[in-house]
Amino acid sequence: MIDNIYFLILRRMRKPLLALVVVYSIAVFGLVLVPGQDSDGNVWHMGFFHAFYFVSYMATTIGFGELPHEFSDAQRLWTIFCIYATVTVWLYSVGSLIALLQDENLQRALAEGRFAGGVKRITTPFFLIVGYGQTGRDLVRALTSEGRRAVVIDSDLERLNGLQLEKLREFVPSLQADAQCPDVLLSGGLRHPMCQAVLALTSSNEVNLKVALAAKLLHPEVTVICRSDSNDVSANMLSFDTNYVLNPFEIFARYLRMALSAHCHAILNDWLGALRDAQLGEPRKPPIHGRWILCGFGRFGKAVYRELSGLACELMVIEQSPEHTGTPPTAWMHGRGTEAATLEQAGIREAVGLIAGTDNDANNLSIVMTARALNPELFVVVRENNLVNEDLFSAVKADTRMHPSLIVANRIRTLLKSPLLSRFFDLVQDCDEAWACTLVSRVAATMQESAPEVWEFGFDRKDAPALLEAADLGFDIRLSDLLKDPGEPDTNLSAIILLHQGGSKDQLLPEPDMLLQAGDRLLCCGNGRARSRMRWNLVDIDVLSTTLGQPQQRGWVWQRLQPHLPARWRT
Amino acid sequence: MNLEKVVFGFFIFLALTLNFGFFVGEIDNLEHHHLREFVILFIVNAVALIMKLGDRSQVDAMLLATGLVAMLQLVGAALIWILAAHVWESGMTPGVMASIVSLAGGAMVANVISVVLLVAETVMLRR
Repeated sequence: MIDNIYFLILRRMRKPLLALVVVYSIAVFGLVLVPGQDSDGNVWHMGFFHAFYFVSYMATTIGFGELPHEFSDAQRLWTIFCIYATVTVWLYSVGSLIALLQDENLQRALAEGRFAGGVKRITTPFFLIVGYGQTGRDLVRALTSEGRRAVVIDSDLERLNGLQLEKLREFVPSLQADAQCPDVLLSGGLRHPMCQAVLALTSSNEVNLKVALAAKLLHPEVTVICRSDSNDVSANMLSFDTNYVLNPFEIFARYLRMALSAHCHAILNDWLGALRDAQLGEPRKPPIHGRWILCGFGRFGKAVYRELSGLACELMVIEQSPEHTGTPPTAWMHGRGTEAATLEQAGIREAVGLIAGTDNDANNLSIVMTARALNPELFVVVRENNLVNEDLFSAVKADTRMHPSLIVANRIRTLLKSPLLSRFFDLVQDCDEAWACTLVSRVAATMQESAPEVWEFGFDRKDAPALLEAADLGFDIRLSDLLKDPGEPDTNLSAIILLHQGGSKDQLLPEPDMLLQAGDRLLCCGNGRARSRMRWNLVDIDVLSTTLGQPQQRGWVWQRLQPHLPARWRT
Repeated sequence: MNLEKVVFGFFIFLALTLNFGFFVGEIDNLEHHHLREFVILFIVNAVALIMKLGDRSQVDAMLLATGLVAMLQLVGAALIWILAAHVWESGMTPGVMASIVSLAGGAMVANVISVVLLVAETVMLRR
């Protein structure tokens, strides 16, 4: 129990306070009892009020002299004793009280109190993020830049200091604590009605597992998203209904397979899942037929091997310590892959692609440099382990870079950004490559340079009050109306409606003449301007009437007044 | 026997008995209420209050509350006494003494409750 500490501190305050009271009392009583003599030789006794006043400034070594009259020698004798006694006890007790207030446990308890208070005061939906590593930092930046709230718990003070220095749009309460204690999660707002999701993103699978377990037990309705890079732990998490378990190696291996077998799908993934203000680039198409060399057969290597072995390409694995990692059933070689000789043996000269997937950044970079020297045409995939080496990896100009933390962060962003986008990706999985390529060219035509913004809105009071009003007035609203520019109804906005969700039916790329019903939800992509122009149609009934080619809806008063006005005002 | 409990009880009872000693007498008679008695009562009450810090059972919380109440009354009485003796023109009049003693009486009620709580707790432990 954390509030034990308060009682403990109060208990420890007893001794210094008692010492202070006792010594002050003795000094005051002595001063009252010892007789003094004023300048006329009359005997006087100090009153309790003056005695307490004198002791107060004597003990604290402030010192104003002998008040209210000059002291007699008897009083001075007593004062000498008092000075030594009270000054010592004053310093002792004030010193210990300050030391008690600086007590580490008390400070931690106070910090936790402040943190819990900060979380309680949140009134908008927020995400509880456990673990502020590379993934956490990336997510907090992305969430707060969209105006969403986050709460961070991490066991490492250094990282949280980094959070304090970030320039974020929203205030992010943070606490240094071990998230394996359920108490900590509760003070982080696990049971807060606004808590949307708990994200367990620490680098330890164990901690993530415990956080997920606590979250599901204490608040079963909350969405739980976990990072885990071991299949056992993932299975364990899924066994108690963890909503999403993200394994960066699996995600990347699946992405790589998609890039090889369904290039346009991969581009869609890249573009629609991109950060705001990203540039629209068309990645190089990886060669499917031919020999791929995979360096490293650890967790990452195994995941890639599993995904790619079903494809048309031929895989050659190079592993340094097969006794730890095991060996693939197909061809493999013993070696590091950083020396030309090993790569030569693996057939680098006739290979089409190379995956540098060891857990050592220096080795990965070295593999890429060596291989490039032998075969400049290679398609290179490189695994980054540490963000510190970011610059080196951008200099090596690999075709695809795989960074576990950022992959997890990206995937979570997509999940949190809009539920419809995740649904869209699921549906796209089942579409064929030609369909995806058509959509890619459509998006490319709509967007000039930058990646599309993706947003969703519902046909409801919160997102689109004007649509509801128009529906009440009996107007038919079609998708094509929403895509018109409110200022110039003949031009269309640079936006594409990707998904229409009506009732229980989801329609990919709905037809423009589709009628909208209340309660529908739409997923759009387009540029920022299109997004803000579209809002006019959604929230302003007058703008929407103009777009629909109807007379403007005037207010009730104006409707009553109009017939009585001069003709020239009736426009 | 627990020495800590003995000391604790000693101060709480002493606070009550001194309080009674100060309170007894005609309410506005300056001869019946002595300054030194009041100062000692004040100090003993402060010590008793400090003794009550930092215990966490329900009874202890009540004890701390009664101690704080008694202390509040006595601080008020002390302030009135100092103001009357040193600041106000009127000096110590029977009316001032009456208000000091009535405050001390309030403190005494709080001290009585303290003692009752302490005794009740002890009796509960015995059973």
